[in-house]
Amino acid sequence: MNALVPEIGAAADAKLGASISVRNLNVTYPNGFTAVRDASFDLDPGTICALVGVNGSGKSTIFKAIMGFVRPTAGEVRLCGLTVGEALKRNIVAYVPQSEDVDWNFPVLVETVVMMGRYGHMNFLRMASRADQYKVDEALERVGMSDYRKRQIGELSGGQKKRVFLARALAQEGRIILLDEPFTGVDVKTEAAIVGLLRELRASGHLMLVSTHNLGSVPDFCDHVVLLNRTVLAAGPTAEVFTQKNLELAFGGVLRNFQLGGAALHDDADARSVTVLTDDERPLVLYGDKHSRRQEPDGK
Amino acid sequence: MASDMSALLTELLIPFQYGYMLKAMWVSALVGGVCAFLSAYLMLKGWSLMGDALAHSIVPGVAAAYIIGAPFAVGAFFAGILASVAMNFVKQKSRLREDAVIGLVFTALFALGLLMASIWPTSVSIQSIVLGNILAIADEDVVQVAIIAGVSLAVLLLVWKDMMVTFFDESHARSIGINTTFLKGLFFTLLSACTVAALQTVGACLVIAMVVTPGATAYLLTDRFGRLIVISVALGVTTSFTGAYISYFLDGATGGVIVCLQTLLFLAAFYFAPKHGLLAARRRRLEAIEAAA
Ligand SMILES: Nc1ncnc2c1ncn2[C@@H]1O[C@H](COP(=O)(O)OP(=O)(O)OP(=O)(O)O)[C@@H](O)[C@H]1O
Ligand SMILES: [Mg+2]
Repeated sequence: MNALVPEIGAAADAKLGASISVRNLNVTYPNGFTAVRDASFDLDPGTICALVGVNGSGKSTIFKAIMGFVRPTAGEVRLCGLTVGEALKRNIVAYVPQSEDVDWNFPVLVETVVMMGRYGHMNFLRMASRADQYKVDEALERVGMSDYRKRQIGELSGGQKKRVFLARALAQEGRIILLDEPFTGVDVKTEAAIVGLLRELRASGHLMLVSTHNLGSVPDFCDHVVLLNRTVLAAGPTAEVFTQKNLELAFGGVLRNFQLGGAALHDDADARSVTVLTDDERPLVLYGDKHSRRQEPDGK
Repeated sequence: MASDMSALLTELLIPFQYGYMLKAMWVSALVGGVCAFLSAYLMLKGWSLMGDALAHSIVPGVAAAYIIGAPFAVGAFFAGILASVAMNFVKQKSRLREDAVIGLVFTALFALGLLMASIWPTSVSIQSIVLGNILAIADEDVVQVAIIAGVSLAVLLLVWKDMMVTFFDESHARSIGINTTFLKGLFFTLLSACTVAALQTVGACLVIAMVVTPGATAYLLTDRFGRLIVISVALGVTTSFTGAYISYFLDGATGGVIVCLQTLLFLAAFYFAPKHGLLAARRRRLEAIEAAA
């Protein structure tokens, strides 16, 4: 009987659908610096959206505004049609932090960290029920960290830590998941595992906003892109927005850009030129003006 | 021989025959327990010196309370809040680092307290605030201390998990709807209140040990926050009770005895702790070298 309660709660939230609506958002820090000016974009359920921009372009600031850590000086953020405060109370948003924000020496075990994802579903005293325990086991299983559950949180590698925090977001069952640079310092295998998980979540109607410098993997798994430079430069479906022209606009001279001659490169009829764009990690390769997408397992 | 033994036993039981000793022992144990609870959080945040700062800042409040005849806890409490607000204000409005701000505010208030006590000498010597005097504690003070400690303990038992999340990962705490600003405010309020209570037992100079040492010792013994709290509180209660008991035979200086006991236990944990101790680290290293050879 008890085990049913969280499900009913989740079902009620599902009806709301997962959406983010950012309207004319302005954020000015106490020192007077306006990090984001007049930013607007909308995201619907079943989306993985990349937040892309140079260092200091306001990616983390947008996250902070969505989480209510900074109050907008103008404009507003709505989550599933609710204000940020209401959305947080209903456990709609899960947040996977940048690694620097966590105290790794804190005496907590991996399983306790994941259990913290369930706190919002528990009563005032935060007593875990069988259902909570089960959801923690399941989340650890899904990210492949079950074997490490009794480790102290600092005794993990960078990629393992990321997976634990992803498990916490899964256990929290938020419809909206924010991931601040989940791929920094993560090897290809773990990245693939994380991406696979995000795709599963997308299929079940979740909305994910991912900030990343891995330009190359954006077309692989993100169906939407928001390009930032202290304001929204472009936002929309990846195929339309993630173009060489827009990226050069977003990154200016920062982007390394190699163009390899068209016809010279091919001995067949395919005479498109190859452009390699790189921010810092995996480069983006453009054939003519099209992305070189790797095949996705689910054929999306 | 048998009579020797029974004489010794009678001698050892003497403290339990005096009302003032019994009172001193259980009040110390209660205060030691709550302070140890708070220490589990305080030392993790690198805020250890905050306890010291608060204890010293409270002195002018206590002096003022005695001068106008108000309950000492009220004066101390307001001074504690004043100190917290002043520290936060100076920190936000200047570019000074936290340690400098803490040092500035607490010495200023401590000096003010000493000044007040020398201008308006009261029946209570400032020495009993600075060094504590649990053996001579008045009955109304016992009531105040017991209420402070009891209420703090109850509040902590209710919110310990929310505070754990807040201290570990504040952004996650907010994302699940925990009011972290309120909880941090609550933590400092409890800390101020318990420092006031601890003033009576160990005095302003040694309060810092009560809110740091038990937590630091427990930290070496476990990786689970729940257990850390249990171990820390157990250490706080036993050392404070035993300390008060032993101080009967040593004629006073309760605070010194309590803190010495706590430090001894810390050193023992530092050396012998099964996972994080020196001995264990050395053994594992030797094993690794042997295995490699
Ligand atoms: N607390 C703060 N006070 C004042 N300015 C800030 C604060 N936090 C960030 N900024 C400024 O706001 C701008 C945007 O910062 P933000 O952290 O959002 O960048 P970002 O896009 O996440 O960069 P990165 O790729 O390096 O993570 C930066 O220029 C930064 O200097
Ligand atoms: Mg950032």
